Amino acid sequence: MAQLTFREAIARGIAQEMRRDDSVVFLGEDVGAAGGVFKGTVGLLEEFGDVRVRDTPISEQAILGAAMGAAMTGLRPIAEIMFSDFFAVCWDIVANEIAKSRYMTNGQVTFPLVIRSGNGGGLRFGAQHSQSVENWAMMIPGLKVVVPSNAVDVIGLMAASIRDPDPVIFLEAKALYASKMDVPDGEIVDTLGSAKVLRQGSNATVVALGSMVPKALQAAEELATNGIECTVIDVRSLVPLDTTTILREVSATGRMFTVEENPRLCGWGAELASIIADEVFYDLDGPIVRITTPHIPLPAADALEDLAIPSVERIVNTIHKSMNS
Amino acid sequence: MTSTHAAPELSYLDHKVAMYRCQVALRQFEQRAYDLFLENFVKGTSHLSIGQEAIAAGVAAAMRPTDWTFATYRGHAHTLARGVPMTPIFAELMGRTNGLMAGKGGSMHLTSVEHGMMGSYAIIGAHLPIACGAAWSAQYRGTDQVAVAFFGDGSVNIGAFHEALNFAAVWKLPVIFFCENNLWMEYTRTSDVTAVANPAADRAAAYGLESIIVDGNDADAVYEVTSLAIARARAGEGPSMIEAKTYRHGGHSRADPGKYRPDEELAEWLLKDPIPLYRSRLLEMGVSEDDLLVLEADVDAEVETATNEAKAGGVPGEDLLLKDVWADGGASWRN
Repeated sequence: MAQLTFREAIARGIAQEMRRDDSVVFLGEDVGAAGGVFKGTVGLLEEFGDVRVRDTPISEQAILGAAMGAAMTGLRPIAEIMFSDFFAVCWDIVANEIAKSRYMTNGQVTFPLVIRSGNGGGLRFGAQHSQSVENWAMMIPGLKVVVPSNAVDVIGLMAASIRDPDPVIFLEAKALYASKMDVPDGEIVDTLGSAKVLRQGSNATVVALGSMVPKALQAAEELATNGIECTVIDVRSLVPLDTTTILREVSATGRMFTVEENPRLCGWGAELASIIADEVFYDLDGPIVRITTPHIPLPAADALEDLAIPSVERIVNTIHKSMNS
Repeated sequence: MTSTHAAPELSYLDHKVAMYRCQVALRQFEQRAYDLFLENFVKGTSHLSIGQEAIAAGVAAAMRPTDWTFATYRGHAHTLARGVPMTPIFAELMGRTNGLMAGKGGSMHLTSVEHGMMGSYAIIGAHLPIACGAAWSAQYRGTDQVAVAFFGDGSVNIGAFHEALNFAAVWKLPVIFFCENNLWMEYTRTSDVTAVANPAADRAAAYGLESIIVDGNDADAVYEVTSLAIARARAGEGPSMIEAKTYRHGGHSRADPGKYRPDEELAEWLLKDPIPLYRSRLLEMGVSEDDLLVLEADVDAEVETATNEAKAGGVPGEDLLLKDVWADGGASWRN
């Protein structure tokens, strides 16, 4: 057992898989010699050498194109897109090439690859380095979308993503890079498509993802002091989506609140709300409520960014008001 | 099913006859594909290679079966040249279950991994970095496989082209970038929208590569220049870019009659049609007229048989609709 930060867990997860499988290779901007701009890949170049850990030019289309071509010819590449906002310059490779080619070729090719990316706000970087883009990825058929919320899950879900035969977009909440937790020794391998119930309560079910998970947990603690007991679910994987767990837990409490960092429109919570309304509508005791970032580009100023991204206070107040209305 | 692929162990003359047969097969296939459009057997769009056959034939002849082709949406010829039979290609154009991808890809996405045909890509330039990835895989695994990425003159002004060229050069990847310069970027003359006279070759120096220009209507010239580039790539000497000058006899796509092109330009290039030129060369080298007539009749029969086989294919149903989004064969996104 050792205490690891979220960022250290990234390197540990990648290293765990590179040790067991020579076909795993890693490429991206500043990932090798520099150890990543967020220091998430420190030590990988030293352990695995520059044939397996490769620094690239600033060429996101080339990075992801290379990952795709390598994946379809026998390798299991991990590619880093430094900030998830940068997906916008290489989205063709993601959305048109990687995501569609297996289907279009009637299954002739597979793409066992992982694209990792620093996602979301909280670091005062301004609108072009802060967006939470999980909904971009979720809406593309052919992509799996994984969003861990803590160091242990980073390792286990990274391992599962690397071993998965399909393309996985692995989004790391930048706001969580410094968070720490105890991590067991030895190999950690998790399962994609499994949500986790982190806290059980009888009054409402709060469904959260990535950086919103610790906030949802803290809000649940505060609400409990006011007599509102919440179940908190960490979704962990948007595709595949563990609707079994979510439907069960929403039915049990009769209320669902989503906590989403993405800008409001077409956020993952909207899809969940639709599923809940379709399938367990008569188990609901009140409206589904989505707590999201407003539909705005994220501002840079700390005061404004803190107003934009759902805070513990906003989660508490929203749930409290809705439960008492 | 007769293969149009030229095996490398053929004798000198047989090798040339095989390249001729390949060109004739590509021409006849494309003409039939056009007819099938007019008869409404083929829906959607398609982009024919009539006039550009010497490139597909010459390059494929220089490749080994284990090498990889990455083509554009104008990819029927490259798919055939790698040895894919005509029937599944016609059937794919017709949207039948016996299509190369059971009708799920269509004309612009022909793929046959077992033939090294790693896909036809319909977003301009996208496959150039993808070909780099295959080349990287060969380099990493220590095989001597080579990737060849074809692209048109219209691709040289898109970002992926430049990213791929630099990437391949700095990683010394075994990839050949092959520009089929047919002078027209869809409906616009390439020289009107490109800052240099030779859209690919004049950019080569920017990536530390040699500038290579070849007559794209001469299959022998294409074969020779490609063979050299492939040998360099196999030897670990990195990528090459080749620009072949050619011309498409028809429009950009099915919807385009190509009327924007001056009559005299088309007439000039029809005189440089690669197939009669190559036929004359074979006759000069001593191949008999009778042998060529037999070969051409054989291709006609192949096209006829393949057309009928393709038409006999089934119409795909719901079992295919939700198949193969994922590696497990399904399309499920939730439990």
